[in-house]
Amino acid sequence: MSIRDYVTLRVGGQLFGVDAARVHDVFHPRGLTPVPLSRSEIAGVLNLRGRIVTAVCARRRLGLGPREEGAPEPLAIGLEVHGDSYGLVIDSVDEVLKLDDEKFHAAPGNLPPRWAEIIVGVYQLEKELLIVLDPHTLLDAGHLKAA
Amino acid sequence: MDDLIAEFLTETAESLEVVDSELVKFEANPNERKTLDNIFRLVHTVKGTCGFLGLGRLEAVAHAGETLLGRFRDGKLEVTSDAVTLVLHSIDRIKFILSGLESTGNEPDGDDHDLIAQLEAMAEGQAVDISAVQAVEVPDRPIGSEPDPILAPEVVQKEPERNLRPGEVSEAELEAAFAAAEAPDWMNEAVAEVEPELSVSEVAPAPVAAAPVAAKAAPTASDAPAPVMGEDNAIATTQSIRVSVDVLEGLMTLVSEMVLTRNQLLQISRTREDSAFATPLQRLSTLTGELQDSVMKTRMQPIGAAWKKLPRLVRDLSHELGKKIDLVMDGEGTELDRQVLELIRDPLTHMVRNSADHGLEPTAERIELGKPANGTVKLSAFHEGGYIVIRIADNGRGLNTARIREKIIEKALAPRNEVEAMSDQQIHRFIFAPGFSTAAKVTNLSGRGVGMDVVRTNIEQIGGQIDLVSIMGQGTTFTIKIPLTLAIVSALIVGAGGQKFAVPQTSVMELVRTGANAEHKIEKINDALVLRLRDKLLPLVQLGPTMQLEAAQSEDPTFVMVIQVGERRYGLVVNDVLDTEEIVVKPLAGILRSVQAFSGATILGDGSVVLILDPNALSEYAGNIIDEKSAEDGEIVVASAENEKVAMLLFKAGYGAPKAVELAHITRLEHIEVEKIERMDGRAALQYRGKLMPILNVSEGSGLMNEGIQPLLVFTGEGYAMALAVDEIVDVVEDSLSIELSPDRAGVRGTAVVAGRACEILDVDYYQFRGLAEHARKAPQTDSEAGKVAA
Repeated sequence: MSIRDYVTLRVGGQLFGVDAARVHDVFHPRGLTPVPLSRSEIAGVLNLRGRIVTAVCARRRLGLGPREEGAPEPLAIGLEVHGDSYGLVIDSVDEVLKLDDEKFHAAPGNLPPRWAEIIVGVYQLEKELLIVLDPHTLLDAGHLKAA
Repeated sequence: MDDLIAEFLTETAESLEVVDSELVKFEANPNERKTLDNIFRLVHTVKGTCGFLGLGRLEAVAHAGETLLGRFRDGKLEVTSDAVTLVLHSIDRIKFILSGLESTGNEPDGDDHDLIAQLEAMAEGQAVDISAVQAVEVPDRPIGSEPDPILAPEVVQKEPERNLRPGEVSEAELEAAFAAAEAPDWMNEAVAEVEPELSVSEVAPAPVAAAPVAAKAAPTASDAPAPVMGEDNAIATTQSIRVSVDVLEGLMTLVSEMVLTRNQLLQISRTREDSAFATPLQRLSTLTGELQDSVMKTRMQPIGAAWKKLPRLVRDLSHELGKKIDLVMDGEGTELDRQVLELIRDPLTHMVRNSADHGLEPTAERIELGKPANGTVKLSAFHEGGYIVIRIADNGRGLNTARIREKIIEKALAPRNEVEAMSDQQIHRFIFAPGFSTAAKVTNLSGRGVGMDVVRTNIEQIGGQIDLVSIMGQGTTFTIKIPLTLAIVSALIVGAGGQKFAVPQTSVMELVRTGANAEHKIEKINDALVLRLRDKLLPLVQLGPTMQLEAAQSEDPTFVMVIQVGERRYGLVVNDVLDTEEIVVKPLAGILRSVQAFSGATILGDGSVVLILDPNALSEYAGNIIDEKSAEDGEIVVASAENEKVAMLLFKAGYGAPKAVELAHITRLEHIEVEKIERMDGRAALQYRGKLMPILNVSEGSGLMNEGIQPLLVFTGEGYAMALAVDEIVDVVEDSLSIELSPDRAGVRGTAVVAGRACEILDVDYYQFRGLAEHARKAPQTDSEAGKVAA
C-alpha cells in the first residue's frame, strides 16, 4: 500500500489529478505570444521568470468547449516533458490530495480515444471521480498529432 | 567504470589520434627523426599504461607495434608503405579493443595473433602478408568521448623491474630517446580540456595568427597535415585545468540568461530620464558583455579538431583508389564554437572524401593531362566578420556541366528550356538540390554516395551557407560560411499582423521601403506578389497573411526585407521594422517543432517572447524561383580573393583605431554646422533635402561635436537616407581590403591594414539597419507622413 500526492484541478467542471511530483508550479498564463500555424491546442508561448514556457489549452486538448463568459482568470500548471517547459492551461486548481493506490482503477474502456490515451486511471472519491492525467502523452507531439 | 580506466581511455584516445596523423606524416617523410621519436614515445606510453592496468590484450598489440617502430628508429628497417599500413592496423586494433573496454569495462575477447605475427615478422625483416590481418571496424565516435568528471589524482606506481621481452627497450634506452625527442610544448602544460576527446595538442593551439603562417611556410601535404607538434612555434606555458563540458554548457546558459536580464534592465532605464542607475547599469552592461565574451571563448575550439581524422582518411583513400593525393590544411587554429564544430564535422569529412574520390583524376590520367601527378585537396579556414569561412578545394577535373545538365532534365528538377538557359554556375549549384543525388537513402552522412543536399541542409540548419565554383579541368572549390556561434545572434525585430517576430540579421540582405508613396511598389502577377528591384523581379512572401494573422488584413505593407537563403532570394513583406537586438536563441518545445516556420523563440528586452522566423522555411512560400544572382557573386569571391584594390575612406570617430569604410557605400560627404542638427529625446537628425535624416554615432564613445562644423557620412538605401557622425575625415586611399582580425563589437567587420595603418572596417549594413529602425521609430502612425520622412 502506498500513498501518492495529486494536484487536483478542474477543466470544464470535471475533476482531474496530476502526480504532484510532476507539477513544478502554478501560475497565471499572462503575456502570451500566439504561435501562428500551430495546432489549435497551443495557447502560445510566454516568459515565466526567464524561461520560455509553451502554454497548452487543456480544454482544447480534451475536446471541450471554450470557457464561459465572465469565468475567472484561468490558471496554468507548470510541467516538464522531454526537458521542455509546458504550462497546461486549466480552469482552476483545487487542492493537493493524498490518495491510496488501492482506490486506483484503470480507465474504463468506453472513453473516447482522445481521452483514453492521456488518462492513467481513475480514483473513486466519495463525491465524484478523479481522473488522473498523464502529462507525457498529454503534451507529446506524437500523441497530439494522433488526437 | 573504474576511474583509472576512464582516465586511461581518455588519455589513450588522445594519444592515438596524434599517432594516426603523425604516422601519415612519417610515411611521407621517413627521415623525420622527431616524428618517429614522438610516435614511439606515444605507443610506448600506451603500452606501459596497459601493463600497469593489467590489460594484457592491449599490451601485447602495443608491444608488437612498438617493436616494429623500434626497428625503424634504429634504422634497421626501411620504412615502407606496407609497414606503415601494418602499424596503422595495429592502432585500429587498439582502438577497437579500447571501445570494447569502454562499453563493458573489460577487454573484449578476441585473438590478435594474426596481427602480432605479422608485426613480428615485419620487425624481423621477413616478408609479410598484410591481407592476413583482419581489419577491424573502428567505432566512429572517439573513445572516451563521454564527458568525465575531474578525476582525483592517483598515485601511479613505477613499473616493476623485470626481464625484457625480445625487442623490448630498456628503461635507460627509453630515457635517452625521451631526452633526444624534444618534448612538444603541450607536454609541459597541465591540460585544459574543453572536451575530453580533444587531442591535447589542439587544446592549447598556437596563437591563431601563428598557425596559418606555420602552415603556409610548409605548404606540402607531407609537412602540413598533422597538428603542429614539437615545432618551433613556441607556445607560452599556460596554467590550465580540466573542466567537464557540462559545467561549461551550464555557464553558457547562465550567461545567456544574464544577457537577457541586462537587456531588460537597459530597456527599463531607457524609458526613465533621471535614473541614478544609468552609470552602474552601463558598467554592468559592459561587464556582462565581457563575461559573455570570456565564456564564449571557453567554448571555442580550433577547427583542427574536426580535421584530425582527415589525414588518415585521405591516406587510406589514396591507397584504396590508387591515386596520389596531398592533403593541405591551412588555418587549423581558427576557432569556432564547439557546438558548431560538432555539427560540421561530418559534412566536412564527407566533402573531403568526395573531393578525393570524385574530384581528383587517377594519377595516370593526371600525368597524361600534364598536371602534377599528385592531386591536391586543400582545406582552409579563416575568420571573416562574425563568420568562419571554410574552403575545400581540389585541383581535379571539375564538375561535368553537361552531365549535370542532363541529369537535371532527366530527374525533372527544372524544365528543359530553363536548364538550357542557365549559366554553368547555376547548373553546378544543382548538386545541392534535393533529389539530385543518386543515392537511394539520404540518412547517414558517413556512408558514401550521399548527396550534397544533406551537406547543404546540415550547414543551413546552423545558419550557414555553402557555395561552389568549379572550372572544368582545373578543379572545384567549395566555400562554406558558418556563424561562429549559435547561442547568440543579432536579429531584426519586425512587426506583422499585430505581432512581433525576430529575423536573423545574417540572412537579411537589404531593406526596401514600400507603400503607397514609396518609390518601390508591390505588384501582382496573377495572385503572386512581386517587387521590381533594380530591374529584377523579387518574389514576395507576406508575413502577416502567411502566418494567418487576422489583423494582417487591414495592414499596409511598409517594408520588404530582401532575404537570401542559399541560391534563393525573396522578399519578406512586413508592416514594421522595430529594432535590432542581440537575442539568445532558445529551441521551441517539442510540441511546436512541427511548425516549420520558426527556428526558435527568444525573450526580448521588454520581457515578451517573440518567435524567430526561419528564413529557409519561409522561402518555400516564395516558390522555387531561383533568381539570377548567380555568377556575379561567384566572381566577387574570386575578385576579393585576388586582393583587388578598393577605394576606402579613412576617418576618425571616438577612441581607438582609425576607421575605414569602402567608398562605394557612401553616397555623399557633408560638413554641416552643428547648430543645424536637431536633437530630440537623445537622438539627432538633420533636415536634409527636404526630409528628416537620422544621424547615428559610430560607437558609444563618439558623438556629435559641441560646436563648429560636423563632418557626416551620408548613406542612402532603397528609399531612405541616414548619416554617421564622425570626428574627422582623414583620407581616401586605394588599398586591398583583407580583414585580418575579427571584430570585437557590433558595427565592425574587423580590423585590416589600410594604407599602412590598422583600421577598423565599418559594417555598413549594421548602421543601415539601425538607421532604418530609427526611421520606423520616428515615423508617425500615418502612412503618408511616414512616406515623407523616409521615401
